[in-house]
Amino acid sequence: MPSTQSGLSIAFFLSFVLLTLWITFVAARRTHSTTSFFTAEGRISAWQNGWALAGDFLSAAALLGIAGIITANGFDGLVYSIGWLVGWPIMLFLIVEPLRNVGKFTMADLVAYRLNQRWVRSAAAIGSLTVILFYLVAQMVATGALIKLLFGIPYSTAVMIVGAAMLVYVLFGGMIATTWVQVIKAILLLAGGAVLAALVLSRFNFDPRALFQAAAQQFGERVLQPGEKVVPSGWEAISLALALMFGTAAMPHVLMRIYTVKDVRDARLSITYATGLIGIFHLFVLVIGFGCMVLVGPTVVAQAGGGGNMAAPLLALALGGEAFFGFICAVAFATMLAVVAGLTLSGVATLCHDIWTNVVRSGHAPEKEKMVVARVSTVLIAALAVTLGSIFEGQNVAFMVGLAFSVACAANFPTLVLSISWRRLSTAGAVSSILVGTVTCLTMILLSPTIQVDVLGKSLADLQSHWWFVPMRNPAIVAMPLSLATAIVVSLLTPEREAAEKFEALRDAIVFGPGEAAPHPAVVPVTAAGAKPQAL
Amino acid sequence: MTASNSVRSPIAHLVRLRWRVASALSLTMMVIYFGFMGLLAFHKAVLATIVAPGVSVALIAGPSIIVSAFLLCAAYVLWANKVYDPAVRALKK
Repeated sequence: MPSTQSGLSIAFFLSFVLLTLWITFVAARRTHSTTSFFTAEGRISAWQNGWALAGDFLSAAALLGIAGIITANGFDGLVYSIGWLVGWPIMLFLIVEPLRNVGKFTMADLVAYRLNQRWVRSAAAIGSLTVILFYLVAQMVATGALIKLLFGIPYSTAVMIVGAAMLVYVLFGGMIATTWVQVIKAILLLAGGAVLAALVLSRFNFDPRALFQAAAQQFGERVLQPGEKVVPSGWEAISLALALMFGTAAMPHVLMRIYTVKDVRDARLSITYATGLIGIFHLFVLVIGFGCMVLVGPTVVAQAGGGGNMAAPLLALALGGEAFFGFICAVAFATMLAVVAGLTLSGVATLCHDIWTNVVRSGHAPEKEKMVVARVSTVLIAALAVTLGSIFEGQNVAFMVGLAFSVACAANFPTLVLSISWRRLSTAGAVSSILVGTVTCLTMILLSPTIQVDVLGKSLADLQSHWWFVPMRNPAIVAMPLSLATAIVVSLLTPEREAAEKFEALRDAIVFGPGEAAPHPAVVPVTAAGAKPQAL
Repeated sequence: MTASNSVRSPIAHLVRLRWRVASALSLTMMVIYFGFMGLLAFHKAVLATIVAPGVSVALIAGPSIIVSAFLLCAAYVLWANKVYDPAVRALKK
């Protein structure tokens, strides 16, 4: 490990923090309403939002984690990259159009449109907050460990730094500052990835086949083939696929970003840009992983500690020297910071807009009060993230990411789709579906080897004799159909005439958008059956 | 799971059209992805086939899926901009 790791890389990182803090300072002067706090007043361009979406979604795991898996196991790492990408088109085709045209700040805006606001928003908030909290804690713990590894800063200090920086971004700069943090981070990450991949390919005449061939010669053809170690087989793999695809399509912090552009046209475009950027990045990481396998070697990476996470930084050191090593470490730090900021902001939107404004205050809260609630919620979530992050130091929290995707897939996705496609969806149907999806995921994970063996350290043989033992690690394949079936059965048992009558109004709102003079459904629920936007 | 077709208004027609395009594209993505994951889950040997030195079926399939995801998004945006949005604007008048 180079001695400059706490010099150069910290210098790089400090310049990132200073730049983003300056942006936050500028943004703070423009952040005085909930619209600017949560959506930057829709002034972000499609291109900027595409980068910001990529920044929001690409966590440190996408670079450090996947590169590490590829270095150690070859092809298998790519399976996760693919899973994180294929949800984007589904989100674009099924969810973006209705959500953007009907909603205001959160995904509950769409689900609650025809139904009982109070009940549906409470349930949707439970689903969203479960996703956000698990994802946030997993990110915080990974961040603390990685920063300790990369910079030699103690774990608890690292968690505090990240918590404090993210608090400042979100609290003062809201969506405007968070967007810029994401954009800058995404540019740094893609640039770093591109340079690293190019440096690798330059050793192989810019022919990826030569790189793969070199890997196969050194480590056997197995590195080009799917293995058994990191990727599950059988139905477990299908369950993982469901969670990755439909969970990504219903991630609250990603969906929130479609409100930051001026209209649905820009929302579609930004999702497409993001898909392209994330896709290209995953291809870079494929090259980086194989490059590290051939040029650095899996043994060296394993010896560096951190469960393979040092693969990309060590490759940077080997190919670009200490300055590049410092740069990649700083980019990884910035990446973690940006992801937690985005997650926090979407958690704040759920607490403030769904819970406070629409549940506690029945949709009528003064603007000033909403801003106070938003800021208090920001402090609360940041404090919770830092506290939980510190508590879980050294724990195996990798399952929390999988859990977040499973809950998003089972609790959020079915109701989102049914609310726009099925006239007879009732309040009771939507609420029970979200709760069944969330609880099933949590229970199944709790009783599965993921918790029982990996976290609690029980022996698999003992567990198999228990009736309650769940042999599957990924709950989505059970939880998602169960949640869907619950929505359908309960809705059929509790017909809701008013909800069915509002179906045409919702349909028109999806086609035409909110309309200039029409009361916003998120603020004033449409009461008259078949009420149409003024734009007609 | 199609949108209501009880009202044969131009809006209903447009909604049905968008729903058809959206579900066709979603299905394409799902067939591609679950086809790949199905092979990974139950027929790993297919993906493990080496077709040329340094090239396995898995290494062709992976990047192809990534590219297909982007192309499907681009196809939808193109359709929405060229066909759907003008139809919505025409209905607004």
